[in-house]
Amino acid sequence: MCLGVPAKVMVIEGEKAIVDVMGSRMHVGILFVPEVKVNDFVLLHAGQAMTIIDEEYAKESMKEWRGLLNAKHGPFF
Amino acid sequence: MRSMDLFSNPTITRHSIEAVMSVAERFKEKKGRVPVFMEVCGSHTMALAKTGIKTKLKDYVKLIAGPGCPVCVTDQKSIDAMIQLSEQSNVILCTFGDMMRVPGSKYTLTKAKTEGSDIRVVYSPVDSVKIAEENPEKEVIFLGVGFETTIPILALAVHEAKRKKLTNFSIWMTTKLVEPVVRALLESGEERLDGFILPGHVSIVLGKQNYNYLCNDYQMSGVITGFKPVQLLSGIYKLIQLQLEDKIEIINDYTYVVKDEGNAAALTLIDKYLEPFAEEWRGIGPIPDSGLVLKSEYVQFDAKKKFNVSKESPRKTKCRCGEIVRGLITPEECTLFNKACSPTHPIGPCMVSTEGTCAAHYQYMRGN
Repeated sequence: MCLGVPAKVMVIEGEKAIVDVMGSRMHVGILFVPEVKVNDFVLLHAGQAMTIIDEEYAKESMKEWRGLLNAKHGPFF
Repeated sequence: MRSMDLFSNPTITRHSIEAVMSVAERFKEKKGRVPVFMEVCGSHTMALAKTGIKTKLKDYVKLIAGPGCPVCVTDQKSIDAMIQLSEQSNVILCTFGDMMRVPGSKYTLTKAKTEGSDIRVVYSPVDSVKIAEENPEKEVIFLGVGFETTIPILALAVHEAKRKKLTNFSIWMTTKLVEPVVRALLESGEERLDGFILPGHVSIVLGKQNYNYLCNDYQMSGVITGFKPVQLLSGIYKLIQLQLEDKIEIINDYTYVVKDEGNAAALTLIDKYLEPFAEEWRGIGPIPDSGLVLKSEYVQFDAKKKFNVSKESPRKTKCRCGEIVRGLITPEECTLFNKACSPTHPIGPCMVSTEGTCAAHYQYMRGN
């Protein structure tokens, strides 16, 4: 039930934003992410952006996992 | 966001599984048994089944589904009361889709809707505030089911209704909190656990720091992780690794979504409108402070105070959802599973909910 759907912020209108969800545009609330900017990716739950997705952290996380796998169990990839 | 696709990459997933099996073997050599972890979140339960990870790792890691599906852990009396609300005249009942097929003692909301009740599935509780605004002659009630991810949005709906000075909007609160039920499970001692796969989206609100009680009070580790195959496997790997190194820690393995401090704006809104309450849990009973209800100054938005619904004893069935949500039995051990109870004819909520343990098992793990 705690589903999260990623979306890209296109326009900010006060406490709301227009976001792009896999090609569809919709209005969502941004009260819980006051620092959000246009072009940020957010995670939506029940019509509200709940957090900003940090792609740099995602890249780092994958790099760290890849390094760990290759060092201890690989080389895999 | 292309880099996110790597978390579902089949090659990386395959290598990740091999790595988990390798550390799980080392655990087995060291302790003479397989590691046992509980995934608290219902979406993790479904993801572990759907991706085949649970089946693939069945001889290496025991993964127990915990009480993280809000519909599944809602007490039968509460479900009956919520369904009865649809019988009230002059009412528009708004709900998440998850509740529509949950069997009450007499019928479901779907059946009530086909018989003429005005029941509307909404995407957000805030949508039901708009419905109240557009229908001033009707009472609009939202069924407030959910864990910490959803609770701030329920508080936001009340905030909106208050701002718009609506007098015809209320919420039937039956919310659940993760910490009290995890504490209750650990204190019951019914299941021996080595750690927790902590919920990805609940943690957006709670943050990492809210799980310190696991280490401090129960010497238990936990990893916050996402729902893609590589994310799940990385989480399981790190839990085993902590065990092998005799470390107790909470790891945030989902840093790109979950901030260590949680979501301050969401927590502030919760504190403003809601206060703790002893919620009833299916198969467990009441747990002190395990749910949130509206504070007395917002009583006008509290459907439990506004509407009189009789709470009769629920009809008894052989459904064992209560034991399943506590991780005590697998769905196959319930005599109803895949016989009288199936997704097309569910008897208990664990089979109805899209993230229920029985639904996950039925769709992806039957006979495994």
